Amino acid sequence: MQIAVLAVQGAFIEHEYMLSRLGVESFELRQKSDLDKPFDGLIIPGGESTVQGKLIRELDMFDTLKSRISDGLPVFGTCAGLILLAKEIKNDSRVHLASMDITAVRNAYGRQLGSFFTEGFFKGVGKIPMTFIRAPFIESVRGDVEVLATCGGNIVAARQKNQLVTSFHSELNDDLSVHKYFLDMIGR
Amino acid sequence: MSENRYELNKNLAQMLKGGVIMDVTTPEQARIAEAAGACAVMALERIPADIRAAGGVSRMSDPKMIKGIQEAVSIPVMAKCRIGHFAEAQILQAIEIDYIDESEVLSPADDKYHIDKTKFDVPFVCGAKDLGEALRRINEGAAMIRTKGEPGTGDVVQAVRHMRMMQSEIRRIGSMSEDELFDAAKLLQVPYELVLYVHEHKKLPVVNFAAGGVATPADAALMMQLGAEGVFVGSGIFKSGNPEKRAAAIVKAVTNFTDAKLLAELSEDLGEAMVGINEQEIELLMAERGK
Repeated sequence: MQIAVLAVQGAFIEHEYMLSRLGVESFELRQKSDLDKPFDGLIIPGGESTVQGKLIRELDMFDTLKSRISDGLPVFGTCAGLILLAKEIKNDSRVHLASMDITAVRNAYGRQLGSFFTEGFFKGVGKIPMTFIRAPFIESVRGDVEVLATCGGNIVAARQKNQLVTSFHSELNDDLSVHKYFLDMIGR
Repeated sequence: MSENRYELNKNLAQMLKGGVIMDVTTPEQARIAEAAGACAVMALERIPADIRAAGGVSRMSDPKMIKGIQEAVSIPVMAKCRIGHFAEAQILQAIEIDYIDESEVLSPADDKYHIDKTKFDVPFVCGAKDLGEALRRINEGAAMIRTKGEPGTGDVVQAVRHMRMMQSEIRRIGSMSEDELFDAAKLLQVPYELVLYVHEHKKLPVVNFAAGGVATPADAALMMQLGAEGVFVGSGIFKSGNPEKRAAAIVKAVTNFTDAKLLAELSEDLGEAMVGINEQEIELLMAERGK
C-alpha cells in the first residue's frame, strides 16, 4: 500500500512518521508530476487551509485531486484538511475541494489561546487523545455523513464513504488508532 | 504555563512548517500577504529596513494597529516585543496574539535577561545565531526558533551563517558519545536534557525557521535546503517593486525548494528586489542583541 501525503505546507512529516510506524509506505505530493505515481490513499495534513488551497490550484493539482476523490480515492483530512474537503465553510466564502457534505467553521475555538488538548470517544475505536490547534469544527452534516466524534457538543470527526475528517490532530499524539481506522477504510 | 500548553504552542509552530511568515504594517498589506499564501503574518509598525533607517528606540507596536490586522486575516498573527520586556509581552498576550516574537529587531529592554517565557500561555519565537542561543531560548520557554540573520538588509549572508552554524553543531552533538554530552552542555551553557534531546533526535526540540535578509525565491530555497523548516520574510516583500508577485513566488519556492526548474520560473519578472545593504555597510548589527 502506498499513501500520498499532500506536502505543499503544514505538518505533513508528522503523518509520514505515523504511517511508517504502522509499516506503511508514503510519499509527498509537492507538485503536479508527483500525482503520476500510484497511490491508494491520500492524507491532507494540518497547516493553513488558505495556503494549501491556493497552492493546490496554482501548482495545478486541484482537478486531479478532486476527480480522484469523487472517484472514490480514500482521503483523510486533519484540521486544514477538513476545511479543504468541506462543501461549505460558514465563515469563509471560499471553498476548496468541496467534496464532503459538511459545514465547517474555521478557527472555531478562536486564536491560539483557545487551542486545547482533551481525550474523547471515537466511534468504533474508543477513547483517544485529541489535540486541537486553532481548530475548526463541523457545524452540521448532510446526507450519508456519519458522525464519529463530538467534543463539547460539536462534531470533531466524521466520515462519508471514502472520506474521513478530524478537526483534531491525531498525527501529533502517539496514538495510532485514527490512522489505523483510515488504513482499514482503504482495506488492507 | 502548563506542560500541556507548551506542547500546544510547539504544535502551532509545526502547523506553520513549509510556509512563509510575512512582515506587514497595515491590514491592507496583511490581506495581500494572506492572498499571496502567507501561513502567518507578523504585525509591526515599521518593517526592519525602516527601523534601521529611522534609528532611535524601536518598541512594540500599537495594540490597535495589531488588532486591525487580526481582524483583517484568518491566518495566525504574530507581533514583536523587545528582548526582556515582559510587560510588552503581557500586553500582546492580553490581545490574544497567536505568537510573540521576542525580537532583536526592536531595541532591547534588558541587556542581561530575556523574558521568562514559561510564565506565559501564548507561544514565543526567538532568534538564535547558534545552537547554544537556540537551546537557551528554548530553556526559557520559546516554542519556536528562527535564525537571527541581519534584519532589514536584504542580505542573506548572516541567516546562512546562523543556519549553517546551528546545523553543524547539531550534527556534532548528534555524533558525540553519550559521556561527552555533559561537557557539551557545560560549554553551550544549557541544560543537559536539551543536549540529550538534540543528540537523540538530531534536531532542535522545536521548529526552526530562517529569518533575516531573505529577499528572493532563491534566498528562500537556499535557506530551506540548508535545513530551515520555513521562512520569515520581513522587508523583502513590501520593500520590493511588486509585493504580491514576489510574495507568491517565495511561497511556492518554499514548497518546492529543490526544483530548480520551477525556481527559475518563479524568479522571472519579479520586478525590483529591495535594494539591500551589505553586512559591511551597516553600523548596527541587530543579531548581536541578546545572547
